[in-house]
Amino acid sequence: MIGLTHYLTVAAIIFTIGIFGIFLNRKNVIIIMMSIELMLLAVNINLVAFSTQLQDLVGQVFALLVLTVAAGEAAIGLAILVTYFRNRGTIEVEDINMMKG
Amino acid sequence: MLAATLFFYLFAALAIASAVMVILSRNPVHSVLFLILCFFNAAGLFILMGAEFLAMILVVVYVGAVAVLFLFVVMMLDVDFVKLREGLASYLPVGAVIGLIVLAELALVFGTWSLAPESLKPAAPTPSGLTNTQALGEILYTKYFYWFQAAGMVLLVAMIGAIVLTLRHKEGVKRQNVAAQVARTPATAIEIRKVEPGQGI
Repeated sequence: MIGLTHYLTVAAIIFTIGIFGIFLNRKNVIIIMMSIELMLLAVNINLVAFSTQLQDLVGQVFALLVLTVAAGEAAIGLAILVTYFRNRGTIEVEDINMMKG
Repeated sequence: MLAATLFFYLFAALAIASAVMVILSRNPVHSVLFLILCFFNAAGLFILMGAEFLAMILVVVYVGAVAVLFLFVVMMLDVDFVKLREGLASYLPVGAVIGLIVLAELALVFGTWSLAPESLKPAAPTPSGLTNTQALGEILYTKYFYWFQAAGMVLLVAMIGAIVLTLRHKEGVKRQNVAAQVARTPATAIEIRKVEPGQGI
C-alpha cells in the first residue's frame, strides 16, 4: 500500500538531487536553474501529498501558486541570462563579479 | 491496488533517475529533455495521488512552457558547454557531502514527525461527489480569489520584466514611423508642377 511516506521520500530524494546539482554544476547557470526547478517540483509533490492525505484542498491551491512563481522565476532568470550573454559572451558563474567592489 | 503500487514505483523510479540525469548529463539539451521526462513522471505521481488538475497543469505549464523556454535558451546561446564542465570533479566531494547532510536531516525529520492536531481540521475540506478540477475551481475562485489574482499579477510582472530585459533596438535599422506618416498632409506630401507638352520635368 502506497501511503504518504512513500511520496514524501520521493520528494526528499528529488529535493536532494536539486541541491546536489547546484553544487555539482557551479559554472553553468542553466543547469543551476534546472536544479531549482527540480527543488520546486519536490516541494509541489510534498504539498499535493499532504493535501490528498488530509483531504484538504488548500495544499493544492498553494501548489498552484508555487507553480506560478516557478514559471515566472524561470522566465525572468532566462531573460537575465540572455541579456548577460549578449553583454559578456559567457555564462560562467565565476565571471559574474562586476559588482564586486 | 497492485497496479497503483506498480505504477507508483515506476513513476517514482523514472522521476528520480531522470532527475539524476538532469544534473549529470554532458549535453544541456539532454538535461532539458530529462527535465521534461521528470515532469511527466511527477504528473503521473500527481494523478496517482488524485490531483488530476495539477497533473495536467504541470504538463501544460512546465513541459509546454518552462521546459521549452529552457530548450530555446540552451539552443540559442552559443556557449562552450565543455568548458563549463571543467572542474566538475573538484566540486563533486563538497556537493556530495552537502547532499548527504541534507538527506540525513530529512531522514531524521521522517523518523520523528507527527501531524499537529489542528492540521487534522481541514481549512478547505475536499467535497465528495465532485471531480478534482471542479472542487479546486470552486474554492480557487471564491475563497482564495485574492491569491489567484496575486498569481496573475506575478505572471504579469514576470512577463513585463522578461520583455524589458531582452528587448533591444538596433542602431541603423529603418523603422516605420506611423505618427509621421499619419501627420502628412497633401501640402507636405505632393508637389504640383505644370508640365509643358513635349518637355520633361
